[in-house]
Amino acid sequence: MTDTHDMRREMPLGLAQRGYTGVIRHLAAKEAGSALSDIELESRLIELGFVEGARVEVLHEGLVGRDPIAVRVDNITIAVRRREAMAIIVA
Amino acid sequence: MELPLLHLALVGTPNSGKTSLFNALTGSRQKVANYPGVTVERKEGFFVTPLGRQVSIVDLPGTYSLRGRSPDEEITRDFVLGKASGEIVPDLVLCVADSTNLRLTIRLLLELKRTGRPLVLVLNMFDIASRRGISVDVVRLAKELGVPVVTSIAVRKGGTADLLKLTDEISARLASEPRENSWRALSVPELRATQREADRIISDCVSLPARPDTLTARIDAIVLHPVGGLIVLALILFVMFQAVFAWAQPAMDLLKSGFDALGAFVQATLPDGLLQSFLQNGVIAGVGSVIVFLPQIILIFLFILLLEDFGYMARAAFLMDRIMGGAGLHGRAFIPLLSSFACAIPGIMATRVIDNKRDRLTTILIAPLMTCSARIPVYTLIISAFIPARDVWGFINLQGLVMFGLYAAGITSALVVSFLIKFFMLRDYAPAPFMLELPDYKVPRLKSIAIGIFTRAKMFLQRAGTTIFSMMVLIWFLASFPQPPAGATEPAINFSLAAIIGKAIEPLLAPVGFNWQIAVALIPGMAAREVAVAALGTVYAIEGGKEAAEQIGQVLASKWSLATALSMLAWYIFAPQCASTLAVIRRETGSWTWMAATFGYMLVLAYAASLLTYNVAVALGAG
Repeated sequence: MTDTHDMRREMPLGLAQRGYTGVIRHLAAKEAGSALSDIELESRLIELGFVEGARVEVLHEGLVGRDPIAVRVDNITIAVRRREAMAIIVA
Repeated sequence: MELPLLHLALVGTPNSGKTSLFNALTGSRQKVANYPGVTVERKEGFFVTPLGRQVSIVDLPGTYSLRGRSPDEEITRDFVLGKASGEIVPDLVLCVADSTNLRLTIRLLLELKRTGRPLVLVLNMFDIASRRGISVDVVRLAKELGVPVVTSIAVRKGGTADLLKLTDEISARLASEPRENSWRALSVPELRATQREADRIISDCVSLPARPDTLTARIDAIVLHPVGGLIVLALILFVMFQAVFAWAQPAMDLLKSGFDALGAFVQATLPDGLLQSFLQNGVIAGVGSVIVFLPQIILIFLFILLLEDFGYMARAAFLMDRIMGGAGLHGRAFIPLLSSFACAIPGIMATRVIDNKRDRLTTILIAPLMTCSARIPVYTLIISAFIPARDVWGFINLQGLVMFGLYAAGITSALVVSFLIKFFMLRDYAPAPFMLELPDYKVPRLKSIAIGIFTRAKMFLQRAGTTIFSMMVLIWFLASFPQPPAGATEPAINFSLAAIIGKAIEPLLAPVGFNWQIAVALIPGMAAREVAVAALGTVYAIEGGKEAAEQIGQVLASKWSLATALSMLAWYIFAPQCASTLAVIRRETGSWTWMAATFGYMLVLAYAASLLTYNVAVALGAG
């Protein structure tokens, strides 16, 4: 984490635009309103590499409602809907 | 002394190249079956190590953890823990990693270690990693993880030599290793801790280049473009269906003339009578008319396997997620539905990747509406008999266009049905999440694809040899007995059981323009849709004599009106009759009700579509 990232405001990845880059600060499964339980959502996000400190970049967006998004997480790409991405707090 | 068979299990995350490693190790020595009680595909293969040890290896479903949140993942967990019923505990677990993407696999490996099973980490696709400038300190990695690590290049000849050597070394000392299982489902903090541990080990042992895979990024810039991506997807599907219709033709003509020659040979060699009729009309005309479609089935599987291997399927799911969401479908349903173009059975089985029960049920109910390859024989036969082979706008084949239209009709009706299901039955529920890895693009592995096509072609031919063959014998029998009385002037078939049955059903089907010959053909079509073609072949062959057997298309063109032909095409967009699909639906949903519901709604749609098509066509003067 660099200083510039420390100074940026925290926001959910679910609101990020295409081209956004940042670092994961923490997971907040309660905020997401996903159909999954909080524990299940958090487990799945971790299993796909969404852990604190990972670098993320929003690479692509879908056509309808700019959803889902394709996110580069360190060196892999994960497709996720914005609804679930609301659980990923980045800065 | 002969050593006992060594049992290996392949575990890895999706896209780790597990299956290509499996193919590289075993070649075509594979056995595909189901695990008892569940419909998870069980792939076992065999090979011999350099020291002569016989090895059995099972390719387990891909998973990110041992939590087991779907039937597939439960199998992987139970198999590794030795709890899967009827399975032997594996002597050695090979954890396969994509060397360009170690994070998730190292975490999985740390979890696997807790099971106490002897483990090896296989760094697959090591060549791609080296080319991208990723360097792995293999010795240090092995020390940090506490398990042997070996590199492999599954796609290259000799690329698995190190793994084979290591297997020999490990199998020699297996008995002495302790086997304590301390695994239990990880809590969220434990999960996070293992991922941290994995990241620490990776940062110590692996140096990653700053630049990502630029080729994948450049392809994705087009393929995942919100609008451009959808155009590319539509183009791919269009080329696929044009190809299936146009490119397969020469090979099909060749097969067809082969069967015709065989039929003529039997006719010339054997004396007139029942045996000649049985071989020529029942066996050769019947089974031959189905085997002729092998080239098309190979082509459609070629496309599906190529797209899967290339890494495009996950992209298609990404592009289609919200669009299908409008019809109440999950993005992950795209892959099962696309597989249903080959056959609804693997398609319905593939719905297991959808972990939400309702999403899965919707997908299962509409999968049979996707135009499966068994409908191709019916479509091809009728199209080539009734639709002129000319070009429209100079470059699009009209027959291909009609074929594309039939596929489009299937897709559209599937979306509408899904929308109605969501609207009327499953109104109040939050959409299940869509989370999917988009793997880096890879050059498709020709050997893997060849093995995939080979297994499927074999399954098709086996079906032709068993189910279809026995149905043909039955049809021939029904169409040949009882024999006409001496001195009868009408065609022999008019006195047969087939005619009696067909004429009994005919009044029901008359409003949609079907004659009694079609009614007869629809019944054995229950066993497999393509049998209808063979059955028509047999019925008209026995009715019309030897000339008819050779030219079923021309016979249809002279006996059916255009309206009947179009009505038949409309019927087959929905055609509920396929006993194996219904059986799979029964098994996958665990319910006779859903099976009956599927059959019922498809039958209603088929009848309504045919009724409409026939009457519109007659009104327009095609009757």
